[in-house]
Amino acid sequence: MLKLEGCELQNGGFSLAADLQIEAGQRVAVIGPSGAGKTTLIEAIAGFLPISRGRLIWRDQDLTAMAPGRRPMAMLFQDSNLFPHLSVAQNVGLGIRPNLRLNATEQAKVQAAIDRVGLKGLEDRKPAALSGGQQSRVALGRVLVQGRDVLLLDEPFAALGPALKAEMLDLVAALAAESGATVLMVSHDPADARRIADQVVLVAEGLAHPPVATGPLLDNPPPALKAYLG
Amino acid sequence: MIGVLFAVALRADPGAGLGPADWSAIRFTVWQAILSASCSVLLAIPVARGIARRRFWGRRVLIALMGAPFILPVIVAILGILVVFGRSGWISDLLVLMGQEPLRIYGLQGVVLAHVFFNLPLATRLILQGWQEIPAERFRLAAQLNVDGPSMWRLLEWPMLRQVVPGAFAVIFAICLSSFAVALTLGGGPRATTIELAIYEAFRLEFDLGRAALLSGLQLVLTGLAAFVALRMAIGEGFGSGLDRPLRRWDGQAAVARGLDVVWITAAGLFLVLPLAAIVLSGIPGLLSLSARSADLLVRAAGNSLVISATSTLLMLVLVVPMTVAIALRPLNGGGVLAELAGLLGLAVSPLVIGTGLFIVLFPFVDPFALALPVTALVNALMALPFALRILVPRVRDILARYGRLALSLDLQGWTFMRVVLLPRLRPQLGFAAGLAAALSMGDLGVIALFSDSETATLPLQVYRLMGAYRTDAAAAGALLLLCLSVGMFYVLDRGGRRHAET
Amino acid sequence: MKHLVFAAGMLGATTAFAETPELIVYTYDSFVSDWGPGPAVEKAFEATCGCDLKLVGAGDGAALLARLKLEGERSDADVVLGLDTNLTAAAKATGLFADHSVSADYALPIAWEDATFAPYDWGYFAFVHNADATAPKNFVELAASDLKIVIQDPRSSTPGLGLLMWVKAAYGDKAPEIWEGLSDNVLTVTKGWSEAYGLFLEGEADMVLSYTTSPAYHLIAEEDASKAAAAFDEGHYMQVEVAGKLAASDQPELADQFLAFMVSDAFQSIIPTTNWMYPAVTPAEGLPEGFDTLVTPEKSLLLSADEAAALRDAALDEWLTALSR
Repeated sequence: MLKLEGCELQNGGFSLAADLQIEAGQRVAVIGPSGAGKTTLIEAIAGFLPISRGRLIWRDQDLTAMAPGRRPMAMLFQDSNLFPHLSVAQNVGLGIRPNLRLNATEQAKVQAAIDRVGLKGLEDRKPAALSGGQQSRVALGRVLVQGRDVLLLDEPFAALGPALKAEMLDLVAALAAESGATVLMVSHDPADARRIADQVVLVAEGLAHPPVATGPLLDNPPPALKAYLG
Repeated sequence: MIGVLFAVALRADPGAGLGPADWSAIRFTVWQAILSASCSVLLAIPVARGIARRRFWGRRVLIALMGAPFILPVIVAILGILVVFGRSGWISDLLVLMGQEPLRIYGLQGVVLAHVFFNLPLATRLILQGWQEIPAERFRLAAQLNVDGPSMWRLLEWPMLRQVVPGAFAVIFAICLSSFAVALTLGGGPRATTIELAIYEAFRLEFDLGRAALLSGLQLVLTGLAAFVALRMAIGEGFGSGLDRPLRRWDGQAAVARGLDVVWITAAGLFLVLPLAAIVLSGIPGLLSLSARSADLLVRAAGNSLVISATSTLLMLVLVVPMTVAIALRPLNGGGVLAELAGLLGLAVSPLVIGTGLFIVLFPFVDPFALALPVTALVNALMALPFALRILVPRVRDILARYGRLALSLDLQGWTFMRVVLLPRLRPQLGFAAGLAAALSMGDLGVIALFSDSETATLPLQVYRLMGAYRTDAAAAGALLLLCLSVGMFYVLDRGGRRHAET
Repeated sequence: MKHLVFAAGMLGATTAFAETPELIVYTYDSFVSDWGPGPAVEKAFEATCGCDLKLVGAGDGAALLARLKLEGERSDADVVLGLDTNLTAAAKATGLFADHSVSADYALPIAWEDATFAPYDWGYFAFVHNADATAPKNFVELAASDLKIVIQDPRSSTPGLGLLMWVKAAYGDKAPEIWEGLSDNVLTVTKGWSEAYGLFLEGEADMVLSYTTSPAYHLIAEEDASKAAAAFDEGHYMQVEVAGKLAASDQPELADQFLAFMVSDAFQSIIPTTNWMYPAVTPAEGLPEGFDTLVTPEKSLLLSADEAAALRDAALDEWLTALSR
C-alpha cells in the first residue's frame, strides 16, 4: 500500500494537498486539468520535490526523507529518459548497476529485458539512431531490470502517435502484470486511463482526490472533471 | 594567489601611495586592455560564426592553430608580428614597393594589434564552442521554420553570445591587464607604461615590496571589477541538449553570407598564420644549422617543458572538475560568479609578484630552486583554471539540468555519475580545456624564470636565454620547436576530446 | 615523475657532497648558461680548490640583488657575482657584504678603489649598427638625424639604466634637452636587451643600444663583420661588473679564494668569448683576436656608485618626461 498521509506539496507559489492510499499492484491514472498539479504529485512521490508536510509511506516504510534513487520506485519522464552517449544495452544496464560493471548474470538479465521489449539486435545502437517508439522501449527495458515496486510515468509517451502510444501502454500493463508492480501514470487523455488503469486519481483545485474506479468515474464525472473533459 | 600576494605585502615596508605617473600607467593599462579585449571579442564573433557553419579544407588545422599564438613566449610572438607588420616587415615592404609609406605599428595600434593576435584565437575558440553547444535539433527546428538570418541571430545566436561573450571578454581583459613586454615594445616607449611595468620598477629599482603589492592588488581589483560586470551580464538559459545528432547546418547558404564568411575566415586565418609562418621560416635555417650542443640543450629543455605541461594539465583537470560541478550546482547569478571570479584573479597577478610571494613563502622551509618544476606546474595549473572553468561550467550546467533527475532516479551518484554521465558528456570540453592548459604551460615564462637554474630550464626560458646570448638562429629553432610542441599537444588533446563529437 | 626523481636526486646530492666544502655563488642567469662563462669557471676553480662550486643563476643583476634582499642573512650564498656600479650602492647599504682582500693590476680605464666589491669584467655601452651604414658621432648628431634606435627601459633593464647614466654623465643638466632631441629617433623601448637586439636584427631599427663588444661576438663566433659599434666623441659610459663576499658566509676562506681566483688568468681568459666583455685584468696571452677591431672610446664615463644612486630618480623622471611626449 502506498500512503500519502496528510501531505502538502509546495511547488513555487502553488500548493497541493494529498491524503490518499493506493493498493499495491494497482494501475492508477492521475488525471486532471492542465496545471492542476499532476506532475507535482508524481514528482513528490518520486522524491524530486520535498513534501513540506505529511508523510509518504510504502509498505509500512516511511519514504518521506529518502533520496529519489533509493526509493523503491522507477520513473519515466516526459523526455530525456536516455543518455545519448550510451548504447541501448548500457542505458538498460544502468537500471541494474549505475556503474555499469555487470557480471554475466546481470548481462543476461539486460539482454532478456531488451528481448522482452522487442529490441533484439539493437543493443549497440545509440538513442539518436532509434525511432521514438524504440527509445520508449529502451526506457521500459530499463524499468524492467530495475525491478522496482512502483512505476511512475509522467506522460512519457505523449509524443508518440495514438497507435504507438497504445502499444506502449499495453507493454507497460503487461510488464506491470508480470512483475506485480504498482503503476502511477500521469495522463491528460481519458482514453489512456480507460486502456490500462483500474483506478483514477483526480487532481483538481489544489487537491489530489483518493482513487476511484476508472469506468464509473469517467462515465459519470464530478463537476471538476466534467469541466476538464468538456 | 591571494595568499601569495599577502606574503609579499607582509614583507613590505609601509610605502608611498600612488603618484601621477602611476595613475597614467593605470589609465593606459585599463584603456589598452578594454580596447584589446573588445577588438578580440568583436572580431572573433564573425570568425567563429563562419567557422561554425562552414566546412572547408584546413578547418581542423586552423582550429588547432588557434591554440598557438596564445602560448608563444612574448618575445617570439613580438618578433613574428614585426616580421609581418613591422617597419621593415612584409606588408611594409609591399607598401613601399607600391610607393606607399610603411606601416606605423608602434603606438596604441601596435599594442592592440599584438593583443588581438594573442587573444583573437582564444576568443574565437570560446565563442565557437558556444555555437557548437547549440544542439543540432535547434538548427533543425530553425531550418524547418525557414528562419532567416536576422531571426536566426535573434533566436539562437544572440542569446548564445550573451552567455559566452562576457566571459570571454573578462578572460582576455585579465590577460591584457598584466601585459608588459608587448605593451611597452609595440607601444613605442614609456607612454605605454602599464601597471605591470610599474611593478617591475618598484621591485627592481626601488625594492619597494609594498608598492609592488599595492600595484598588484590594484590589478586584482581592476580585473575583479571587469570580471564581475562581465559575468553579471552573462545571463540566459542554456539551450538544453539534444540527442548527439551529427550537426548539420541549413542556414547561411545565401551567396552574401557565404562570401562574408569566406572573407572573415581568410582574414583571420592570414592574420594568425602569417606571423606564425614568419616564426617557422626563421626557425628552419636555425634548425638545420643547430650545433649538437644547442640541440641537446633544446631537447632537454623540451623534455622539462613536456613534463611540466603534462603535470600541470593533470593537476588542472583534477582541480577543475569538482570546482566546475560545485559552481554549476549554484544558481546562475549567485556564488557561482564569485567562484569563477576567484579563478580569474589568478590571471591578473603579475608572475613577478607570484614568484616573489612563493619565494617568501617557500624559502624558510625548502630550497625554492629544488622545487622549480613542481612549483611551475602548480602555478601553470592555477593559471589555466579560469580558462577551463569558462569552457566547462556552461556545459556542466546543461548536463545537470538535463540529466540530473534521471541520474538521481537511477541512483547514479558521486564518482559513478562522473564516470558514466558527466565525463563522457563533457569530453569535448575537457579535451579543449586540457589542450589549452597544456599549451599554456608549455609556453609559460612566468614563474620558472625566477626559480630556474640551467638544469631545470624550460623550452621558452631556453629560447630566451639563447637570444640573450646572441644565438639568434638557435633561439629561432627553439621557438619553432616550441610552436610545434604546443600546437601538437593542443591538437592531440583537443581532437582526443572530440573523437565522436562534431568539431 | 621526472621532477620527483630530480628532487630526490637533489636531496641525495646534498648529503653526498657534505664531505667536500661547498661554495655557493649567486650570479645572473646568462653567466651560468651553457654558453656563458659558468661551466668553464666551475671546472677551472674546482680543479684547484678541492671544493664544490655551485653557481646559482637568478635573473639579471637587479633581480640578483632583489633576491639577496629577500633572503637576507639567511641566504645560502657565499659570494655574489654580477652586480654593476649602478647597484653597488644599494648592495652595500644592505650591510650583507664584507670587505674583500683582492688586489690586482686592473686593466680598467679608471682607478678601482672599492673595498667591498672587486671587478671581474667591464664594457662600454654603445649603439650598434650595420657596418655599411654611416653612424652619428655623438648624441647631438644622432638626435639631428632621422635614424631610428631601439633602447631598453631603464626600469626593467640594465643597459637601459646604463644609457640613462651615460647621457647624464655626458651632459649633466643638459640631459633633458638631449632626450627631447632623441625622442623622435626612439622607435620603441623594450623590456630587456634581447627584445631590443632582436628588433635590430630583424631590421626594424637602424641602431640598438648594446655594448662596444657586441660586434666581437658576430666577428668571432659567426665570422660576420657586418655589425659595428658607433664611437661617440662625448665618451662612452662604462659598465663594470663586480663580485662581493657575504658577511654571513659559512665559507669565508673559500670565498676569498674564489675572489682571488676571479682576477687570475684562469678566470679572466674565459670572460672575453663567453661573457663578451673586457676582462678586468688582461690575461697573459692578451685579448682574443677580433677584440682589436673594436671601437675604443677616447673618453670613459662612469659615475661613482653613490653619484649613480643619487642621480637615478631625477634622471629617470627626465627620461620619462622627454619620451612620454
